[in-house]
Amino acid sequence: MIASFSTLLPPGLLLIAGAILLPLVPARLSGAYMLMLPVLGFLQLLALPAEASVTIELFGLTLELLRVDRLSLLFGYIFHIAAFLSIIYALGIRDTMQRVAALIYAGAAIAALFAGDLVTLFVYWELTAISSVFLIWASRNERAYRAGMRYLVIQVGSGVILFVGLLLHYNETGSIEFDHLGLSSMGTALIFAAFGIKCAFPLMHNWLQDAYPEATVTGTVFLSAFTTKLAVYTLARGFAGTEMLIWIGALMAAFPIFYAVIENDLRRVLAYSLNNQLGFMVVGIGVGTELALNGTAAHAFAHILYKALLFMSVGAVLLRTGTAKGSELGGLYKSMPLTAAFCIVGAASISAFPLFSGFVSKSLIMSATVDNGYLWVWLVLLFASAGVVEHAGIKVPYFAFFGPDNGTRVAEAPRSMLIAMGLTAFLCIAIGVYPAPLYLILPYATDYDPYTVTHVVTQLQLLLLAILGVAVLMRTGLYPHEQRAINLDFDWIYRKAAPIAISTMVAVAAPVDAGFRRGVISRFNRLVDGLFRHHGPRGILARTWPTGSMVLWVAILLASYLIIYYL
Amino acid sequence: MKSNRKWWLDEPRNRDKLYYALWAVCVLIIIPDLFYDKHTYHEFEAWFGFYAIFGFVACVALILLAKQLRKLLKRPEDYYDR
Repeated sequence: MIASFSTLLPPGLLLIAGAILLPLVPARLSGAYMLMLPVLGFLQLLALPAEASVTIELFGLTLELLRVDRLSLLFGYIFHIAAFLSIIYALGIRDTMQRVAALIYAGAAIAALFAGDLVTLFVYWELTAISSVFLIWASRNERAYRAGMRYLVIQVGSGVILFVGLLLHYNETGSIEFDHLGLSSMGTALIFAAFGIKCAFPLMHNWLQDAYPEATVTGTVFLSAFTTKLAVYTLARGFAGTEMLIWIGALMAAFPIFYAVIENDLRRVLAYSLNNQLGFMVVGIGVGTELALNGTAAHAFAHILYKALLFMSVGAVLLRTGTAKGSELGGLYKSMPLTAAFCIVGAASISAFPLFSGFVSKSLIMSATVDNGYLWVWLVLLFASAGVVEHAGIKVPYFAFFGPDNGTRVAEAPRSMLIAMGLTAFLCIAIGVYPAPLYLILPYATDYDPYTVTHVVTQLQLLLLAILGVAVLMRTGLYPHEQRAINLDFDWIYRKAAPIAISTMVAVAAPVDAGFRRGVISRFNRLVDGLFRHHGPRGILARTWPTGSMVLWVAILLASYLIIYYL
Repeated sequence: MKSNRKWWLDEPRNRDKLYYALWAVCVLIIIPDLFYDKHTYHEFEAWFGFYAIFGFVACVALILLAKQLRKLLKRPEDYYDR
């Protein structure tokens, strides 16, 4: 097959190469240069021949650097779009470290989508972890540094687990191909766990709420798009139809919303809500039918956009006011009306209001779940849907823009941020109003129609009455106030309990240990003294046998060698 | 920068208006249940106002439960820094 080099260059490498050359580009051209990269990457995707494949031989292994199918293409499209929009949003931030990190991160995530084998996947898996942590450290404060450290340990740890899993899997099957794996062996179970960590499964989720709100204003927007959706993609490819995922997903959709209700930092509220949205996608993967997997893919596509939009609007608030805490904000619609409007579009989209993107994607998953007889899971997801309205639909826009006015007046968001938010909001509405193009690129052909009378009416009933519930509680004063406080989550185990346990252990063990050492040392000293007395320059043995000490030491050495040998 | 300009939403009367308008919309959106043929997977979905009641109860229950949860989980902001 003769194909030009450009069409067979694995997608994503363009962004990585572009990032490395970025410091050489003159400052006034750097914005245009960065925007060009995802555009070229997108065009390259369009030009990829169907079923294209590039393989190389390395250490006797066949690495498939490029493997194209409908699932990877869909994620490839949205990753490029997300990179493009996030770059516009970040144009005003002239921090070369952040720019390089963001481009490498996006490029690595895209390249991982097209990895046909587990070794290639592992390389990009770790590269996303290592590059993305700089978006957190770029906040350049102590909190961000420590949160970034925890993030890095967990993310790189997920890669290590992936690597051990792939070694076991290779040992057993002789294959490193990345196709459907299923929970069939220890190796694939480890790979599943690695994906699960990056997908923020319950109890492995805290890195997300811990690290994302500490990243820079623009860094969080990048972070929200790639890491977890790469994990969703790998789960969909490797573990579609694994029933355990249905239960994991239902739990993920339900429990973070309780935290979202009482969390004060609005970026952390959005992180919990990101977790909840991943739950819907994971349920879709677990159900595993064509309709369900279409739903997961569509929901990932729509979700990346509205979640980015929400993080963008809250980020603009943080940039202008210096805080993203609900307890400190309010009345900002007066000075940031456009940002407020864009935030509402994002809120309506994530809440799945008809005519907004979440409606046309989430309903595929809901239909697939109830279709396959998972009544209780479906009810949990319905509950979670009402919960989304509460925390992302009402709480975030309300406390940022419409809460009690504390008199703060700031400037509207910078122009580049407004353009990014405007474009993203446009896409959220466009997908909701006209979902046909999105449905056309789904992994499986579909004739699904979300706009039936039943569906629209029942969805509006669910959402509007949920809003009424919030309104009634606010009027009656039962709604929990935003408070300057944090809430304990599972990360308490490794941020508080483990350090305390270790320091307690040290405190108890230290005197014992010190006593033991003192005993050993004094015994040793006595031994040396004794030896010195007998073998030293004035010692009896030294006088009688000048080579005595030497011989004794050789004997001791030989004896210990023998003992060690027989052990 | 402070501003004394009065906005429409600043008026408590107007906030009341919005609140009652929401009630009106919610009543209106349940009415179609009387007139159309719901396409459902389960019998209970077809009950009058099922989705509406579910949405309201779910949301209120969520918020009140979360409020209780706060008693257990709330810590000062510098909890991890100490």
